[in-house]
Amino acid sequence: MTEPVATASPFGGTMLRDAALVAGKDLRLEFRSRVIINQVLPFAVLVLVLFAFALDPDRRILTQATPGLFWLAVLFSTLLALQRSFGVEAADGVTDALRLSGLDPAGIFLGKAAGIAIHLLALELVLGLGVTLFYGATPHGPALLVATCLAATAGLAAVGTLYGVLSAGMRVRDTLLPLLMLPVVAPVLIAATEAFAAAYDKASGEGWRWFGVLAVFALLYLAIGIFAFEPLLEES
Amino acid sequence: MILASIGVKTTGRRFRDAGAGFVGDRGAPVPLSSPMEPVVSLRGAVCLLGRFPALAGVDLDVSAGEIVLLQGPNGAGKTTVLRACAGLVPVVDGAATVLGVDLVADRRAVRHRVGLLGHASGLYEDLTVADNVRFWAKAGRALPADADAAMARLGLDGRLADVAVARLSAGQRRRTSLAVMVARRPELWLLDEPHAALDQDGRDLVDGLMADAVAAGATVLFASHEIDRATAVAHRTVTIAGGTATAVSA
Repeated sequence: MTEPVATASPFGGTMLRDAALVAGKDLRLEFRSRVIINQVLPFAVLVLVLFAFALDPDRRILTQATPGLFWLAVLFSTLLALQRSFGVEAADGVTDALRLSGLDPAGIFLGKAAGIAIHLLALELVLGLGVTLFYGATPHGPALLVATCLAATAGLAAVGTLYGVLSAGMRVRDTLLPLLMLPVVAPVLIAATEAFAAAYDKASGEGWRWFGVLAVFALLYLAIGIFAFEPLLEES
Repeated sequence: MILASIGVKTTGRRFRDAGAGFVGDRGAPVPLSSPMEPVVSLRGAVCLLGRFPALAGVDLDVSAGEIVLLQGPNGAGKTTVLRACAGLVPVVDGAATVLGVDLVADRRAVRHRVGLLGHASGLYEDLTVADNVRFWAKAGRALPADADAAMARLGLDGRLADVAVARLSAGQRRRTSLAVMVARRPELWLLDEPHAALDQDGRDLVDGLMADAVAAGATVLFASHEIDRATAVAHRTVTIAGGTATAVSA
């Protein structure tokens, strides 16, 4: 065995490297387990189909409600994705291993959020095709649509990562997470729905203002997460 | 309170440059504890688990290059001593220093320099053995070659490397956790029942790893109920009972 190699300060300047490492690990976990593809994605599509069944008698209402239904499906799927993402961190001493790892807590936060965001964006792509297929909705502002997805997803991932780690160590985490998170992400649901509605109604100007709300929300919670994740990881 | 550091036997202090520290993989000098300073120093250390005093004033010194066995009955506080030394359990009263880091002031600062093998594996079930060892090795700034060498040392190369941890036996999981520790090369090894779940070869391997770690300049503090095997490899034994160190034997 060779001599011990100690680490220089694990904090500072390593945040992005650690974020990439953690995000890569989460993507590899999904590649190995396929929980998002085999369980969360079918759930999201099922929600869309059930909404269609519920509102089917009036196709016009279904088309009008497309933005809200899309983001509700995303929101419900986000909860499942978060429970999966933090379930694996809470199992079999992994949380302790993370604390001992030398990884920058801010990097862990960004990596977890990035992993969740990538999963959600893939999910949104499928759901976008789904609403076109099932609801007959056709977007007119693709740039606004994409920008809204990016900003809203960043916000959902940041908030979800914060509350995910907070509830990760608790036995009641599966029921507690929605209670904690849903009220906080209500602004994301409202703003993303309004921005989508504008994109579907050829009224992009109004939609960009809602995109601004989403961007500020995402930046705010990303900043909070970078600074607050370490104490939350300690308490989880 | 009985001081548990009487007649400390120090061996194997072979740091590359113990006085000046050594250089990490990114070139930054890393301060080491002074050669004269114990790697672990607990004085009247008190740790609470909830409101229960899991440690009720432990005194313990461990010098660089030592292998020290913690023994005692279930619930005596052995695991809490190890977790406190890893900076995972706060020391709420008394004094505690590990690798020169004051645990009362900032217990997080020591974490990346120690390795803890606890009862839990600390592994991702859905990842393979190789995925796990490489991830945790990278997290600890070890090289990919270190991870591969550690897997080979623990007999995890070949077919087992690509098996998901969820499909491993308890002993194979233990070997994987040990491989992570070997790859990360901590300065202080904290092992809680390291022989548990392992077969005869595995137990011999653990003893060899501890000896190698000390030969390479690390220090080992471990708890075990396998007294005969453990005392054979340990330089010194400290008995913990009721949350305090009650006896020490060379």
